[in-house]
Amino acid sequence: MADLTRDDVAHLASLARIDLSDAELDTMVGELASIISSVAAVQQAPIDGVEPMSHPMPIVNVTRPDEVRASLTPEAALAMAPASEIERFAVPRILTED
Amino acid sequence: MATTTTDDVLGYDEALTTFDPVMGLEVHVELGTRTKMFCGCATEFGAEPNTQVCPVCLGLPGALPVVNEIGVESAIRMGLALNCSIAQWCRFARKNYFYPDMPKNFQTSQYDEPIAFDGYLDVEIPAATGEGTEIFRVEIERAHMEEDTGKSLHVGGATGRIQGAEYSLVDFNRAGIPLIEIVTRPIAGAGERAPEVAKAFVGALRDLLRSLEVSDLKMEQGSMRCDVNLSLRAKAGDDPTSPEQLAVPLGTRSETKNVNSLRSVERAVRYEVCRHAAVLTSGGSVLQETRHWHEDTGVTTSGREKSDADDYRYFPEPDLVPVAPSREWVEELRSALPEPPALRRKRLLGEWGFSGLEMRDVINAGAIELIEATVAAGAKAQSARKWWLAEPSRRANTEGVDLATYAEQVGITPEHVAELESLIVAGRLNDKMARQVLEGVLDGEGAPTVVADARGLELVQDDGALEAAVDTVIAANPDVADKIRGGKVQAAGALIGQVMKEMKGQADADKARAIILTKLGVEG
Repeated sequence: MADLTRDDVAHLASLARIDLSDAELDTMVGELASIISSVAAVQQAPIDGVEPMSHPMPIVNVTRPDEVRASLTPEAALAMAPASEIERFAVPRILTED
Repeated sequence: MATTTTDDVLGYDEALTTFDPVMGLEVHVELGTRTKMFCGCATEFGAEPNTQVCPVCLGLPGALPVVNEIGVESAIRMGLALNCSIAQWCRFARKNYFYPDMPKNFQTSQYDEPIAFDGYLDVEIPAATGEGTEIFRVEIERAHMEEDTGKSLHVGGATGRIQGAEYSLVDFNRAGIPLIEIVTRPIAGAGERAPEVAKAFVGALRDLLRSLEVSDLKMEQGSMRCDVNLSLRAKAGDDPTSPEQLAVPLGTRSETKNVNSLRSVERAVRYEVCRHAAVLTSGGSVLQETRHWHEDTGVTTSGREKSDADDYRYFPEPDLVPVAPSREWVEELRSALPEPPALRRKRLLGEWGFSGLEMRDVINAGAIELIEATVAAGAKAQSARKWWLAEPSRRANTEGVDLATYAEQVGITPEHVAELESLIVAGRLNDKMARQVLEGVLDGEGAPTVVADARGLELVQDDGALEAAVDTVIAANPDVADKIRGGKVQAAGALIGQVMKEMKGQADADKARAIILTKLGVEG
């Protein structure tokens, strides 16, 4: 597989909202590349004739009836938030000024 | 605050001399299930903020989602109604992105394995010849299951908009409500009728889904939302369906989000055609971007450009097992589908005996169900049509809502209209009085009989009073009376008007006419 580049890591970091310094980026490129190459060992497994598995349990169609269950109280839900106002979760500015 | 734009636009007709529009429509439908897609929280619209949330829909660590069986059933029924194939086996996927309205940091959706795919919906549009209608087939690429997001309130800044806000407040009651996203294939070949096709498609889809009773489909409340993709390509001849035209590669598209009324769908397509055309004719290139639709001014403005943020890194949702609807179940659901609205319409047209023109007015006014219910309540079809398409339809237009929504808002029912008609048939009201009664009903004064009583509207049944009024009027107008005696029967109109005035409008005009003519010795 193609090598992991510094740009790939920077892109992933930005998607994941992780700020990495240049030094951290360098470290990460090396470490992630090493992790990927280790995991890549599974690609050597003989899979001819093996159906792809999407789930460790061979089950489908687990559903529940459309019946209302008790929700959390707003107090309990909001107690977990760093900040709240008028019964809502307060979050930082979403768009930067443009 | 009105939104203005600095975008140049070309005239629509001018744009269409050079370009051929191609559309793609994405419609999100919020299901009317009692609970959310993956948890048992209630879905009541307008509930107090964050009262319908739990660890699953808040994305708390360790919470496990379980699929709502009615959510799956509704998705399959919608797929079948749209002539789709239903997947033998499909999975949910995580669509990863960070945005505060989705607390899990991913939306549970479907990616390459939608539950329904490869369908179509035939929509009726005015014929190219200008006479009658024709069928335009819109192909459906897929319909898949996903979940809605929370609702944000933006604080600070001047306008309550997201731009300039200092921070935002989020209510997660809506997060996790089942959504079905219906995606069309590129709609080509509509030519200048593209805006009408877009509107007709969304309208037909709404009718179809309404018949399935899977959603309340209130565009103004956001339970049905439409995104409009549009691109232009060079025009190749006058026939938008010619092989030469269809072979021209597609242009760059823009995606206009949240166009939330039928009329806006039509306007948004038209506006984007004009905007793209202006960009292209001035030698520019269209930016692939998201646009925001502004209902007030009828324009779109630039949202964000498609960028890294759209790298969603989909992967199969490990917390949910695959959905594999049995063929028996699918066939059972198929056989229980209601009569499609288009067929029903044809059947009703036959039963009601409306002319093509009358039926078109009825369809345009969105009055079919109302008329059907009014007929069921005992009125004649023509009367039901006449009354619904009069004042109620006018007021709905003024309000900018469809007739059914308007009727619900003011509380007028098919039974009311049937009752109004029965008052006329019983000779209690004439046409003019019935109109006043109808206005009273629309003004919230109650049922027709109540309004008629309260406003004192009742035809005077006493022929003696009517005859006396006729005598008075004839005596006061000897010239006119002579003309009528001399055979100028049409002059009676002037006298009828005065008789009605004498009777304060509460007389049967036909009867007044008959009495006048008899008294003057002429036969009507």
